[in-house]
Amino acid sequence: MMTRLIVENLTCRHGLLTAVRDVSFALRAGEVLCVIGANGAGKTTLMNAIAGTHRPVGGRIALDGVDVTAQPAFARVRSGIAMSPEGRRLFADMTVRENLLIAAENGRAGDWTLARVLQAFPQLRPLTDMPAGRLSGGQRQAAAIGRALLTNPVVLLLDEVSLGLSPAAVEGVYQSLAMIKEARTTTMVVVEQDLTRALGFADQVLCMAEGQTELQGMPGHLSREQITDAYFGIHDKELSDV
Amino acid sequence: MFDGVLQALLQGGLLGGYYAIIAAGLSLMVGVVRFINLAHGDMAVLGAMVTITLTEVGGVPVLWSIMIMLPAMALMGWVMHATLFQRAMRGGFLLPILVTIGLGAALQNGMFGLWGSNTRSLGASIGELSWASWILPGGIILGKLPVLIFVTAVVVIGALHLMLKKTKLGRAIRATASDPEAAEMCGVSSRQAHRAAAAIAVTLAALAGVFLAMRGQVTPYSGPAQLIFAFEAVVIGGIGSLGGTLIGGMVLGVSQSLGGLISPQGSLLAGHLVFVSVLIWRLSRDWARDHGGWRASLAISAIKLRRRLTGGAPAPDRAPSSKGAA
Repeated sequence: MMTRLIVENLTCRHGLLTAVRDVSFALRAGEVLCVIGANGAGKTTLMNAIAGTHRPVGGRIALDGVDVTAQPAFARVRSGIAMSPEGRRLFADMTVRENLLIAAENGRAGDWTLARVLQAFPQLRPLTDMPAGRLSGGQRQAAAIGRALLTNPVVLLLDEVSLGLSPAAVEGVYQSLAMIKEARTTTMVVVEQDLTRALGFADQVLCMAEGQTELQGMPGHLSREQITDAYFGIHDKELSDV
Repeated sequence: MFDGVLQALLQGGLLGGYYAIIAAGLSLMVGVVRFINLAHGDMAVLGAMVTITLTEVGGVPVLWSIMIMLPAMALMGWVMHATLFQRAMRGGFLLPILVTIGLGAALQNGMFGLWGSNTRSLGASIGELSWASWILPGGIILGKLPVLIFVTAVVVIGALHLMLKKTKLGRAIRATASDPEAAEMCGVSSRQAHRAAAAIAVTLAALAGVFLAMRGQVTPYSGPAQLIFAFEAVVIGGIGSLGGTLIGGMVLGVSQSLGGLISPQGSLLAGHLVFVSVLIWRLSRDWARDHGGWRASLAISAIKLRRRLTGGAPAPDRAPSSKGAA
């Protein structure tokens, strides 16, 4: 299988703060990468940079061999990168149907239709004519993921999948995501706080601390201890230096 | 007396149609693009001047002149946004204001240079429409032109509402208004949506300008006054609501015509007073909402007032705590 998404030496700043430093990874079609790390590790900035809403200061992003680093966010959606952002960012005063339609109308053509999204997220079916602002957390997340899917992405970015959701809602969302993963056509980059969930779902794990890659690899090849150390940015070297 | 009031109510309500058209464009720019175009009134006058010239110099029938002028003004709005407003918006909140004041001055003086300072009107070109009227039972006179303008306003605002609700472009414009970045994440180019909104806004201004020139006269310097009426209608009706804009326009029109009954000079003043009252009411309502409702906020105001009247001394019940803090 060919490489679908390449992120190379990506560096992002917020003013003087370097939020993402030299992060690189490559994903094949249908592969799932989970990005883990503490708050402030740079996960969301990384996602925004791939989606095109944050302009990186260094590095490059390539989709199917085409450099998209200079493309604005809307053009990347049309190239095939879509994101369900942190905070969901639904259009609160528009109905769920309208939220989904906007993505369908302005994205790429493909298999994902309104009907199929409502099939994958059955909890949205009775809510299509309700303003998105009145949905619960889990319903909002489902609508945001559905909206991203309706642009028919080849790379789907999911920021903070389970943040603020009830355990039942998390379960529901992951059941839908598992269906998408099984099809092995959509590459996914998922930011997940729940380590067990992340390790169970991902083909690759990227652990960030203070903007840098602390650990990277396949979940089966990494020990729980290695991951927790990386999560908190603990290095053996530093400890021996004390 | 009663007849006079009824007549004024009708005339004012119909005049509100004109205000609603010019205000709808301004409201769209403020609500969707978050851009205040202070040259909006001057663009209305430009639309009128172009139509008058096409009709009087070019000999084109009025309706055709309007049909030629409107797309041209839409294109101008689009280009104006792409080349000028979009850049100004990147420069903070002050720059758009300065840029559009400058643009307004340039338009006024440009029109003065081209067409001179004479008052101009389309009244002579629309034949009997400018004076024809229906006489209703009870001696109420209803001008055909004001009715035509009002009906056009309802149709235009209704069509705009449907466009925003039902079309791809409309949804993209509303999404951009609500969250430009999230709209981009759905594949909507927020710049294109903004340019489309600017094109619609200038078209509406130009259409209003034509009606202004049909009802009365325009000079190159008529724009700023129209801008103020448009702002007043937007604020009275509520920013970002098209239906509200129509109501705001009618409230403004009715206040002006009722004010005109009281005294010939009272017309504009009455409109401004209603605008200021609505503004104060809205601000104090918001303040009350943030301070625990009307009753609580009135109590706070009463305490503040009492403190001021007693020479700035702290209220007795607050004295121990302020000493403790010191």
